[in-house]
Amino acid sequence: MSVEFSFLLVQALSGLASASSLFIIASGLTLVFGVTRIVNFAHGSFYMLGAYVAVTIVPWLLQIERSPTLFFAGVLISACVVGVLGVLMEILLLRRIYKVPELFQLLATFGVVLMVQDAVLKIWGPLDIPGPRAPGLRHGVMILDQRFPAYELFLIAAGPVVLGLLWLLMHKTRFGILLRAATRDRDMVGALGVNQALLFTGTLFLGAFLAGLGGALQIPRVSASAQMDLSIITEAFVVTVIGGMGSIGGAFLAALLIGQLQAFGVLIFPKITLVLVFLLMALVLVVKPWGLLGRPESAAGHTALPEGIMQPRGFAVAEKLLLLLAVLAAASVPIFGDTYTIKVATEVLIFALAAFSLNFLVGNGGIVSFGHAAYFGLGAYASGLLVTKLGMPMEPALIAAPLAGGFFAALFGFFIVRLQGIYLAMLTLAFAQIAYAVCFQWVEVTGGDNGIVGVWPSAWAASRSAYHYIVLVAAMAGILALRHVIYAPFGASLRAARDSAQRAEAIGIDVRTHRWLGFTIAGAAAGLAGGLYAFSKGSIDPTLLGIPLSVDFLAMILLGGMQTVMGPVLGAAAFHSIKDVFMPLTDHWRFLLGASIIALVLIFPRGLGGAYAALRARFSGGAP
Amino acid sequence: MDSIFFGRRALLAGGAGLAAAAIGRGAAAQGAPIRIGELNSYGRMAAFCIPYRNAMQMAAEQINAAGGVMGGRRLEFVFRDDGSTPGDAVRVAEELLTRENVAFIAGTFLSNVGLAVSDFANQRKRLFFATEPLSDALTMAQGNRYTWRLRPSTFMQTRMLVEAARGKTQKRWAIVAPNYEYGQSAAANFKRLIGGAIPGAEIIAEQYPALGRVDAGATVGALAQARPDAIFNALFGPDLTAFVREGNTRGLFERRFVLSLLTGEPEYMIPLGDESPEGWVVTGYPLDQVEGAEHRAFVEAYRARFNDTPRKGSLLGYVTVQVLANMLNRANSLDNEVLVDTLRDLRSDTVVGNVTMRGIDQQGTMGTWVGETTQRNGQGTMRNARYADGADYMFPEEEVRAARRA
Repeated sequence: MSVEFSFLLVQALSGLASASSLFIIASGLTLVFGVTRIVNFAHGSFYMLGAYVAVTIVPWLLQIERSPTLFFAGVLISACVVGVLGVLMEILLLRRIYKVPELFQLLATFGVVLMVQDAVLKIWGPLDIPGPRAPGLRHGVMILDQRFPAYELFLIAAGPVVLGLLWLLMHKTRFGILLRAATRDRDMVGALGVNQALLFTGTLFLGAFLAGLGGALQIPRVSASAQMDLSIITEAFVVTVIGGMGSIGGAFLAALLIGQLQAFGVLIFPKITLVLVFLLMALVLVVKPWGLLGRPESAAGHTALPEGIMQPRGFAVAEKLLLLLAVLAAASVPIFGDTYTIKVATEVLIFALAAFSLNFLVGNGGIVSFGHAAYFGLGAYASGLLVTKLGMPMEPALIAAPLAGGFFAALFGFFIVRLQGIYLAMLTLAFAQIAYAVCFQWVEVTGGDNGIVGVWPSAWAASRSAYHYIVLVAAMAGILALRHVIYAPFGASLRAARDSAQRAEAIGIDVRTHRWLGFTIAGAAAGLAGGLYAFSKGSIDPTLLGIPLSVDFLAMILLGGMQTVMGPVLGAAAFHSIKDVFMPLTDHWRFLLGASIIALVLIFPRGLGGAYAALRARFSGGAP
Repeated sequence: MDSIFFGRRALLAGGAGLAAAAIGRGAAAQGAPIRIGELNSYGRMAAFCIPYRNAMQMAAEQINAAGGVMGGRRLEFVFRDDGSTPGDAVRVAEELLTRENVAFIAGTFLSNVGLAVSDFANQRKRLFFATEPLSDALTMAQGNRYTWRLRPSTFMQTRMLVEAARGKTQKRWAIVAPNYEYGQSAAANFKRLIGGAIPGAEIIAEQYPALGRVDAGATVGALAQARPDAIFNALFGPDLTAFVREGNTRGLFERRFVLSLLTGEPEYMIPLGDESPEGWVVTGYPLDQVEGAEHRAFVEAYRARFNDTPRKGSLLGYVTVQVLANMLNRANSLDNEVLVDTLRDLRSDTVVGNVTMRGIDQQGTMGTWVGETTQRNGQGTMRNARYADGADYMFPEEEVRAARRA
């Protein structure tokens, strides 16, 4: 039995080492969120930069002398360098967009992620760069009869030390006290005369420093590679959400939980690492809607006006003409364009429907979904599986797509609509990842990550032009139906629930049921878009449910303007065109895509649709 | 490379300049160039794909300087990023065929991308020369007339490794592989084959960490706890580095026999540095130990052109262009039906020797090297490496017939 015990002990220590590393990174994320309310996607990029800077600086220092002191000095210098980069991001970008809707800030930081990825490839080259081992901590230590890396023992200690230092900072320094105050109510802190700009800059330095430290500390264990950012950012988000956004102690607790779950989870379910953390997050959020140690968001000084569609207007005459022109243009693509143009136009229509359905949730219902691609993908899978496994023709398979999207939206939505704000968004992400993992792992049915090919339309619809018309009709029908719902009393009830759930309840609206139904409708529309997409590509695979596609959808509605009804359609066209223009130009199209996103956020902080609405208001001379 | 983000254009222009200079010498290519569309994950999988593209460009330049193909026409590649997702890749393939008017398409790295493009090519009845995706399905269950692959598949490479283990006595095996198609099918192939090489061998532990996010401590701990005699590894890239470091510190590899896929390829060996394991049996590319004047000339030319040593990707890119040039010369037509028929059992002389595109499963016989890892001057390398000709490790013909009929 002693063998068993020593193994369990060492496995638990492995879990603690992972937990420590995870906590250091997540603490920075939760700090930044607490103070600035920005969901900082670029946090993973800071982690990656920390590792890259460290594998550059530390070997150089170790050439002077192979001492532990110089190693850790190098790690701290790297963290500071990354901290300064965080300050740069705050000054150059975030400071300009504190006043715009929270989702826009998220989109801007996502633009930074794309740019940093390509910049890293350009600066450090495509090969993974291994870091040096820490001098003096290279060896293994015997624990009972098992050998355990000394460096991981050090990491286990590092987490609690960082926690302790953060506690001291937060409770014993003026800066820390202001940080805590700003986490509770940042407007009040501003009203009391505190220099907010300085406070936010300091917070970003600290957050980026912690991310950089987390990355730099990893170099003896993993090599620096350009994929590090995305692999850590979701986990860091999960930790902060399980712990409660803004709560450092909660992040510590959550990191411990996840570390142990991973360490022992792989023993029982070796394939589960893909989804384990998301299962845990879904479970925690269903039971504790604010995370383990989080506070309800209303107490966190959330006084901003609700974002989204305020007063949906009918089309003016000029707009009706524009719309007619757009439909005519879409319908005449097969006559004037080559097959590639038709293909791109078909995709734009499909994405327009998907984006519209997402904005039905976000703009009209105030339900921010980070996992909308799940319903898109599940619709695609339903169609694809019916065609390839059961030999069904395209027509009934396409009808199954919205049914599947709607069914799963109803299933997941039942739990999702109980939550609010960022927690709700993260639960949508968790369910999306669980669905993704099922499609990925259930190889016998779904074909695993290879997916399934051979999902082609029926013979009469096989030509690009014929299929384009099918998509045009289906997408327009979907969009007009959703638009009708937005204008109907049901849509107004959703807006009421978004703006004030209590008041909506008071006038007799069953808020939860309305939101649940809204979620289901949006899921069905996304499912239809997914089914259309599957037949346009001829294949289905798990990337259709992935986070990147969900983010693309968000980018589309934000670019288009989530407070306008028809903006998402514009956004889908704009986003897809940008991608289409840049992708053939260079390998570094992600850099240009990121730069365009940031530019658009800075120039049109209310999206293209918002810019149009402002223009219209100015020329008609009336109030907006 | 005069501009930071338009390296490809600059390179293409450079190639054109070189070719123009060569025209003066009389032997250079004339007539309308033959355009080939190449889509690959140049951004996401840059470590493999950039050296691959470099070598393709170099090969095309050399061929053009020597008179081109099909009686004097220049060979021209149009490179595109495939976006690393099937959805993007299919659109890019369409763009290459429609807008760029390429004769046919080649490339792709990830298996799901390769399969989607393959099905698209089948639909459009255009040749797709898959270079890097390893999935067995590409030439087996989901194979089609228009899709051909050059690189040895997961099955072939696993079989090479298992053959190298023949005669060993280790019975208790642990498997560690990334949790996606390549890893899953490597593990499945290994389970299927190991019993034939080592009678009585059994699998006692399996670990499938998510690609790119191995929790090395927990994984190594779980493997060590099973106390295997030997380990079959399919991790590569950053996962491999993390796994090897953790395993070295914890003594996982001491007195254990390890079979490891792809580990000997420079792409994955170089980052291991002085942590490179000793005595693992791996597939890879020990470029300094490969005999043959042609191969030496290739290495020298690559070094001179790019100031870097070629990688496995470079070799693959170079051989790809050699096979494609041979195909074009034989076919003397750009009709894709003719091209596909020409490829069937086409034999080409390449820097790795003779490569045949076997007709029955449309899989090339290009092989790879099998040898033991060792360290020299703090760098990982291979010893006792021998070239395993792919022809000896293909799927049995009856199995191919059964799989492709379905």
